[in-house]
Amino acid sequence: MTAHNTTPRTLPRFSATFDPHTLSEIRRAAATGIYDIRGGGTKRKVPHFDDLLFLGASMSRYPLEGYREKCGTEVVLGTRFAKKPIHLKIPVTIAGMSFGALSAQAKEALGRGASIVGTSTTTGDGGMTPEERGQSEILVYQYLPSRYGMNPVDLRKADAIEVVIGQGAKPGGGGMLLGQKISDRVAAMRTLPKGIDQRSACRHPDWTGPDDLEIKIEELREITDWEKPIYVKVGASRPYYDTALAVKSGADVVVLDGMQGGTAATQDVFIEHVGIPILAAIRPAVQALQDLGMHRKVQLIVSGGIRTGADVAKALALGADAVSIGTAALVALGDNDPHYEAEYEALGTTAGAYDDWHEGKDPAGITTQDPDLAARLDPVKAGRRLANYLSVLTLEAQTIARACGKSHVHNLEPEDLVALTVEAAAMAGVPLAGTSWIPGRNGGY
Amino acid sequence: MSPAALNATALNAIAPEVTFDLATSSVRELNAALHQASDGSNARLWRVLNPEGRHAIAAGVDAPISIEIEGNVGYYCAGMNQAASVIIRGNAGQGVAENMMSGFVHVCGDASQSAGATAHGGLLVIDGNASARCGISMKGVDIVVKGSVGHMSAFMGQSGALIVFGEAGEALGDSLYEAKLFVRGGVKSLGADCIEKELRDEHKALIAAKLEAAGIAPGSVDLSEFKRYGSARKLYNFHVDNADAY
Repeated sequence: MTAHNTTPRTLPRFSATFDPHTLSEIRRAAATGIYDIRGGGTKRKVPHFDDLLFLGASMSRYPLEGYREKCGTEVVLGTRFAKKPIHLKIPVTIAGMSFGALSAQAKEALGRGASIVGTSTTTGDGGMTPEERGQSEILVYQYLPSRYGMNPVDLRKADAIEVVIGQGAKPGGGGMLLGQKISDRVAAMRTLPKGIDQRSACRHPDWTGPDDLEIKIEELREITDWEKPIYVKVGASRPYYDTALAVKSGADVVVLDGMQGGTAATQDVFIEHVGIPILAAIRPAVQALQDLGMHRKVQLIVSGGIRTGADVAKALALGADAVSIGTAALVALGDNDPHYEAEYEALGTTAGAYDDWHEGKDPAGITTQDPDLAARLDPVKAGRRLANYLSVLTLEAQTIARACGKSHVHNLEPEDLVALTVEAAAMAGVPLAGTSWIPGRNGGY
Repeated sequence: MSPAALNATALNAIAPEVTFDLATSSVRELNAALHQASDGSNARLWRVLNPEGRHAIAAGVDAPISIEIEGNVGYYCAGMNQAASVIIRGNAGQGVAENMMSGFVHVCGDASQSAGATAHGGLLVIDGNASARCGISMKGVDIVVKGSVGHMSAFMGQSGALIVFGEAGEALGDSLYEAKLFVRGGVKSLGADCIEKELRDEHKALIAAKLEAAGIAPGSVDLSEFKRYGSARKLYNFHVDNADAY
């Protein structure tokens, strides 16, 4: 053996800046000349609820008995102006996802699952389908810039109206449903030719700012005889001012979506570089409500990366009234299930990483308009899975709330939380664990 | 009977004409009464006095009744109209007849921006000028403007016809889908993917039919003076070679 062969060598080292994924993206861009489009929310690691911990009861707090004492989870939304506020049994709702982006079976399954546990679903771009209205006992009808499928009959069928200003995956951006998902039915609902790329505008066509929005909301209330709660949904970017302006515009409910929230399709660069994590957005939004004397009067729903009952509890402790889930709901239905691993591999990906939802080739039959693929999803069974998952989220949130001595999940508060990192402490406005230090507060820096 | 006390039973019992004075009643009271109207209502003609620029007047009506508004209206008058015939004897604020589904809306004066926005059906006639974004994202409505229209009119127009007797501002028909545009006067500029197309006899027939529906006497307008604009359909499916068009 030569000296050359016995000399220790360092392992090949990838650049942290030019990591393998980055290099592959550079090569893909160089080969195609076009940006990458995908579905979902940010995939990078950002400060999140994992960076917070609850302080359970001990000498200074009394816990509640887990299997004996009641811990309420009900939520009432739309108490500010609506004649008919929404009553949810759990503080977890299903976020807006369109028929078009999702199959009719998937929409039906969402409705079934949500209804079993007493919560709401939300339509999405492209209008209301009979499948979803038929299965969702509580349905929120999105009012989007495109107004695809928008009509007063469906508006009156809805239980609430959500004026969409933006979403967390792409605040400031519109949308695109690529031609391969524009089936005859989708095209008819959107008054467009089959097979063309369907663009969704980033701005509403008939109002341009909060002063106009106030009048728009007044019109929607007039059309629906002031019965329906009206939500305003914004992507998290400037949450203090956006929340304040939504309240000023007359919203009953503010929906705040962080950058972990998914989209059906947009540019990867948009998803990863525009907007802020939901952890950083909740406290400023709550502060705006408190400054206006509207906390708990205008309800706050937050979304973006909710996965567990712990996430639910933490969001509520920071001041939200409820949360919304999108990606997690799709996973509960069966999205990215390893059962279809061979087919994911055939698409050049793997279960858990599949995000080309815009291509309409989803093996799980959820983000597709292909009849054969869509038929793979049994709406009844998938709805049952979603209901189970929603129940677990609720039970987990109750478990934590009881441990903190709370008889209702809404009684959780920031004082129950500490942060594991300086960043999370600053964003959530809670002390770094083991200290009383909240960066940026207490006269700190 | 106080207008506020109107209900469905009362509507069938009162005279065929109802007068609503917004100097003494609220828009809420007016709209609540209008929403109770139906095919079978005796009240067929609703006169609205002193609108004074109030918003959302006659929004969400869903009955084949006539509504005559004596004066200027604010935003979203006749929004989401279905089946009703609405005459505005004055100017209209932003978003008149937005998202109209069917019926007829006639603005005797000028209209502000986004007139007929996203409307799915019916006919909107504007005697004066319409501001920016007239017919934006139109989805089947027909719009006749006897004056001129502002910039970005018929932006992303999907279906229906926009007929303009005067001129059009910048970026007419930007990102147009299948809406049909006819302009008699000059067009400052065309938007992305909007091109001038040949005006053939079938298009003249289409214009003639729309004008007749708008109450314009046949033969009173020289149809050959119109130019036709439509989608080049080059941006229907995204292609990187067209990136500079967006």
